[in-house]
Amino acid sequence: MRFIRIPAIWLYALIIAVPLLVVVESSLKSLATLFENPLWPSHGLTVQAYQTLTSQVPLFRYFLNSLDVTAVSLLLIILFGSLISYAILRLPRIPSLIVYGVFAVGMMIPTQVNMIPMYLEMARLGLVNSRIGLILVETAFLLPICVFIVGGFMKTLSRELMEAATVDGANEWQMYWRIAMPLSLPAVASATIFAGVIVWNDLLFPLLLLKSNDKDTLPLALLSFSGQYQTNYPVIFAGVLLASVPMVVLYVFLQRWFIAGMTAGAVKG
Amino acid sequence: MRAKPSIYLFLVPGGLVFLIFFVVPTLYGLSLSFTNWDGLSPQFQFVGLANYANLLTNDSAFHTAIGNTLKFVLTVVVVQSFLSLVFAIFLLKNTRVNVFLRTLYFFPTILASVSVAFIWMFIYDPNIGILNSLLGDVGLSHWQASWLGNRHMAIYCIAVTEIWAHTGQLLVIYLAGLQQIPRELYEVAVLEGASRWQTFRKVTWPLLVPATTMVVAYTTIQSFRMFDLIFAMTDGGPGNSTEVLATYIYHQAFQYNHVGYASAVSMLFMVIIALITMAQFGLLRIRSPKSA
Repeated sequence: MRFIRIPAIWLYALIIAVPLLVVVESSLKSLATLFENPLWPSHGLTVQAYQTLTSQVPLFRYFLNSLDVTAVSLLLIILFGSLISYAILRLPRIPSLIVYGVFAVGMMIPTQVNMIPMYLEMARLGLVNSRIGLILVETAFLLPICVFIVGGFMKTLSRELMEAATVDGANEWQMYWRIAMPLSLPAVASATIFAGVIVWNDLLFPLLLLKSNDKDTLPLALLSFSGQYQTNYPVIFAGVLLASVPMVVLYVFLQRWFIAGMTAGAVKG
Repeated sequence: MRAKPSIYLFLVPGGLVFLIFFVVPTLYGLSLSFTNWDGLSPQFQFVGLANYANLLTNDSAFHTAIGNTLKFVLTVVVVQSFLSLVFAIFLLKNTRVNVFLRTLYFFPTILASVSVAFIWMFIYDPNIGILNSLLGDVGLSHWQASWLGNRHMAIYCIAVTEIWAHTGQLLVIYLAGLQQIPRELYEVAVLEGASRWQTFRKVTWPLLVPATTMVVAYTTIQSFRMFDLIFAMTDGGPGNSTEVLATYIYHQAFQYNHVGYASAVSMLFMVIIALITMAQFGLLRIRSPKSA
């Protein structure tokens, strides 16, 4: 088996790594060099693509837009989701099951099912092309997964602990904020990472809801300037790289958390 | 201990957002699916089940989209589940090299699918793409193709991209499943003189049923709802050879203004996903060793 294993794992490592390295390398070539020699490294690396990009595209604004949408959505998803999770824990049996069931069904309904009526409703509410509208929609669609991750974890908290706290005269808010939340931090971290990666990278909702260029998030901006630069890959890849930097930096420092969080989301979803 | 009625207040903020931006649109979509609305004009008719009848009986573009979706889903599910299982077994031990490789394999998961799409559009580019130039370099230039421009290959090329992007994530699910199998079982298998393959067939595979179901369920649903990659890479083309259900809904609604009709497609789409999910969890219950 070793004769298969070693070549297989390194071959697959190359399959993952080579495209990523080619992106970095291509972003440092001029278009002419790239046409002559697309694959192999060459002399005369240049930051021309980055200069073109940063002088013509307000990338930093898109970065701030993405950051804004992601941060506020996450705050709402985690706050609202953990409140619901705690309520599921504390509600009497039947209401608790109903609430849980509603969110479980919600998780099975794919985004594409709601996109048309959601868009029409947003248009009627005057929330198309508003960041608040996008944030509220992202929150609604990611709430079920958060309830699943955090609620599933809260179920494992000790009942005795909760009872002791009520005896001590703690009210529900204090028990949520002082006991349930601190103990659930690993699940909250998982939910934050899972939802954070999805919102940060989302294309569909920004595509539907944002209509003016200055509000674009990074993925939407990437898509629209790729139309503008067609097959000018050095410039496109400079954009891809700069847009990925924040996530990549976080991933490098928080690998374990990322892997645990993304997997928790996948398993629950 | 009984919770005070004030606990219901905890449901209010999230419940409102979920009701307004999720539940209402879903029900609204259901009612739209019985109309011929174009999304703009003030007037439209209630057409009953006509949209559904038309979809099922004489919309060949819809049937093509279903066929393409199935090709895409089957390819991704089979290849991705297989690769993630094999590499989970290969990288099971927590050595430094294995941990590094797992981190590397997982990496594409955190990239925006738009970015992944551009990377692979460059790989597949017929003129300056690295796939063609690689094939040329190793003397296989007769294999060179216009990948995404070929109506027979394009959907599979996008499937490869999806597999590249998510195998590392599913590997982690398998890894968790493998790590739960008690070591003693393998020791017994060795004592009994079982071959590697027998050990895999009789010990590892049966105990991996829950992990396999999870991987297959997640992959099926993710690839069924695939939108971003296809939208960015081919937008359904060439012809309609990469039109899948999700892009078909989008095009019907926002390009052709067939809002009522697209809503009917959405509802069928939801039914298909619900059936698959139920089938998979039913299968898990039958095949899981606990109930057997």
